[in-house]
Amino acid sequence: MKIRLDHVVKTFQTFRAVKDVSLEIESGELVALLGPSGSGKTTILRMVAGLEFADGGHIYFGDQDATDIPVRDRGVGFVFQHYALFPHMTVAQNIAFGMEVSKTKRDKAAIHARVAELLRLVRLEGLGERFPAQISGGQRQRVALARALAVDPKVLLLDEPFGALDANVRRELRRWLREIHSELGITTLFVTHDQEEALDLADRVVILKDGHIVQQGTPEEVCREPKSAFVMKFLGDANMLSAEVRDGRAYADGAVIEVSGIADGKAELYARPVDLDWAVGGPGVAASISRVMDRPGGRRVIATTGSGVPLELDLEPERAVKAGDAGYVTLRRATVFAV
Amino acid sequence: MRRNVLPGLRLSLGVTLLYVSLIVVLPLAALVFKAASLGPLDYWQIVSSPRALASYRVTVTAALGATLFNLFFGLALAWVLVRYRFPGRRIVDAMVDLPFALPTAVAGISLTALFTSNGVFGSILDDYGIKVAYTPLGIMIAMCFTSLPFIVRTVQPVLEDLDPALEEAAQSLGGSDVAIFRKVILPLLTPVLLAGVSLSFARCLGEFGAIIFIAGNQPMSTEITALLIFIRLEEYDYQAAAAIASVLLLTAFLMLAVTNWLQARALRYTQRS
Amino acid sequence: MSFKKTVRTLPRVGDGPVFRRALIGIVLTLGALLILAPLLIIGVEAFSKGWQVYRDTILHPDTRHAIMLTVLAALIAVPVNTAFGVAAAWAITKFDFRGKGFLLVVIEIPFSVSPIVAGVAYLFVYGLQGLFGPTLDAYGIKILFAIPGIILASMFVTAPFVARELIPLMQAQGRDLEEAAASLGASGWRTFFSVTLPNIKWALLYGVILCNARVMGEFGAVSVVSGNIRGQTNTLPLHIELLYHDYQAAGAFASASILAVIAVFTIIAKVALERQGAGRVRPVANPAENAS
Repeated sequence: MKIRLDHVVKTFQTFRAVKDVSLEIESGELVALLGPSGSGKTTILRMVAGLEFADGGHIYFGDQDATDIPVRDRGVGFVFQHYALFPHMTVAQNIAFGMEVSKTKRDKAAIHARVAELLRLVRLEGLGERFPAQISGGQRQRVALARALAVDPKVLLLDEPFGALDANVRRELRRWLREIHSELGITTLFVTHDQEEALDLADRVVILKDGHIVQQGTPEEVCREPKSAFVMKFLGDANMLSAEVRDGRAYADGAVIEVSGIADGKAELYARPVDLDWAVGGPGVAASISRVMDRPGGRRVIATTGSGVPLELDLEPERAVKAGDAGYVTLRRATVFAV
Repeated sequence: MRRNVLPGLRLSLGVTLLYVSLIVVLPLAALVFKAASLGPLDYWQIVSSPRALASYRVTVTAALGATLFNLFFGLALAWVLVRYRFPGRRIVDAMVDLPFALPTAVAGISLTALFTSNGVFGSILDDYGIKVAYTPLGIMIAMCFTSLPFIVRTVQPVLEDLDPALEEAAQSLGGSDVAIFRKVILPLLTPVLLAGVSLSFARCLGEFGAIIFIAGNQPMSTEITALLIFIRLEEYDYQAAAAIASVLLLTAFLMLAVTNWLQARALRYTQRS
Repeated sequence: MSFKKTVRTLPRVGDGPVFRRALIGIVLTLGALLILAPLLIIGVEAFSKGWQVYRDTILHPDTRHAIMLTVLAALIAVPVNTAFGVAAAWAITKFDFRGKGFLLVVIEIPFSVSPIVAGVAYLFVYGLQGLFGPTLDAYGIKILFAIPGIILASMFVTAPFVARELIPLMQAQGRDLEEAAASLGASGWRTFFSVTLPNIKWALLYGVILCNARVMGEFGAVSVVSGNIRGQTNTLPLHIELLYHDYQAAGAFASASILAVIAVFTIIAKVALERQGAGRVRPVANPAENAS
């Protein structure tokens, strides 16, 4: 089912949470809504679900205007941030709930069979008789997903699906959700504030800030061509240097890089730690190393420029550098935004 | 057991045990002792005398009726106070405590004044042939009054803390209001409803002050057990008073035990395995 | 783009306008009939014979004596129960010991015991038929049918009031603050007064006020142990009964109006304390909190 948001607006009291958002999600696509807290991502998800109502604009499911369809008739599967499992029902009863209250009547055997099938899908065979309090967080998350899938939703919506889990469980579930998505091919929209999660999992990432979409695209597009300093900074560690653009070149503290499409004048140059390198001789930004932090995959170096700006560099594990070394930070690549 | 760095165990526990022993346990033990000194045959004769049996019947019937009424009314009141916003809600919320704050004797005479045949409500009900004052119905109304806050106040906090996401989840799965109430909200309220019901019922069984003014106090028809104990005392029949009082006491303990068991059962699902 | 003036939120269960209005209507009507009417009728009946009769009743020596006795009972029973409540809460929440669960049950017993049963029980301790009665009588000490009996019976019925407000709260607050204070070298009393007490003061006051209301209004237990001697062992509730059965209804309601005013002030104080957070932490297990 294709979803289309058309100039959607949502205001809470005086605070405008979502400002004129238009978005299309193709049938079968897995899309992440990524943004810091207060960016309106959860509100958008809840409006798609029918748990909030838009104050303006329309939401279409396929060709149907779903803006005013109540949640219970909208046919979405929603996985809540803290799962919202019914604590007094067993895992199996939780999964069966949607089928039992549904207007289309199913007989007990059919419900039972479907529950068993879903338990298999989420790999919780044998846990059907447990209560939510008796299983782990990762297992609860999978029950929540099975429960949402049980009603054969047209769209699957997940609110911070892995937010409450440990890093290990999170990574495993991410891979698993991706598998389930390819298996079922259901249109899926999920909300996260974790860029790594969005980039790992989604076909397309929609980045939000203050109720606006600031950029959307495949993980590759948003990573390689960030359209704003905000996106650059939000997607990962980034160093910033004040720069000056003249004749297609950006000059920053002695470093120079070719740029295109930016008018002459003041600019900001952004570079990720892996975009920077360290050299004993120039040209580059003169700096001295103030600290070296060793990590399994390499060395993170903090170098302070002559004007006192700390820059973070990622170097190969073999590089012999130490605190106190003087030298130059060189640019492998960088992104420049006019100010 | 871990070692504790805090001081005052001896003093605080000593004071607590001494006070509980002297004020709570000693008198109740004396009562049980007195009742036990009767001997089984005499005891049985007293507690199963027709007048005593009639008083149990009157008390338990009215208490059941009042508790049933309060179950519905108390749940509705808690629901209205928690889920709806309307002018005067805070005042209504505060007024729920009136039956706890108002002395039972005061409640007794006011309810009687309202429900006698020349009272405000009594005169209207009289026209329909309903007599409240000096009938079992009066006993029930007095019990309703004094025990109402129990159910409201036990249900209210749980209803307030009920995670809205549970209802949203149930709605997103297609549940109708009735289905969500029946299958999600009510089961989650069951443990506290049980607690409230049993508190309310226990209070009704023991209630004295609010009832005696409105009850009529006719042996065999409108005489509650607590009053029968009082009458036996006034007749200087201390043994009979002890015996019947011990029945009320045992009932209270039984209620406590049953309630705890029911609650534990109803909350089984919260236990980690 | 169109803006709707009212913010639409998801209707929750029971939010339908018809159901909502009907339920509020029914509940308010029943509430007015069952709770408000009894309160209002006290005022109406108290002044039914005019201001003069009201004044005469209130100023009558017997009434004044009953008021004095009621206040005296409260002045003794409430502080003693408060001290007990604090001690019990400290012992139960700051230490682990065997039989704690049982102790908790015992403390709560007075709540489930009929006041009449409580009165009778005291009779069998201090009465002539009781355990200590004959001995006390031999020394000329009178407890029953006298003021000490009234106070003891009041203490029984209100024993749990302060403790049960403090225990769940102090349990929720844990022991960290006290342990920190102790590790910094504070004495036990110092720890209690400057660390524990500020955190429990509203709940403590809450328990005290409820305890006081119950002591002043206690009827059943007191009527067994007081002997009902006019002008000597009549508390205000007993005085009301006496007047009522003397066919002085206006007088009974006049005396009742004093207690009704105390009840209303108790409720106001309770609401004010609840705004400070008192009375929130409840021992009843909450399934909703265990969810997720």
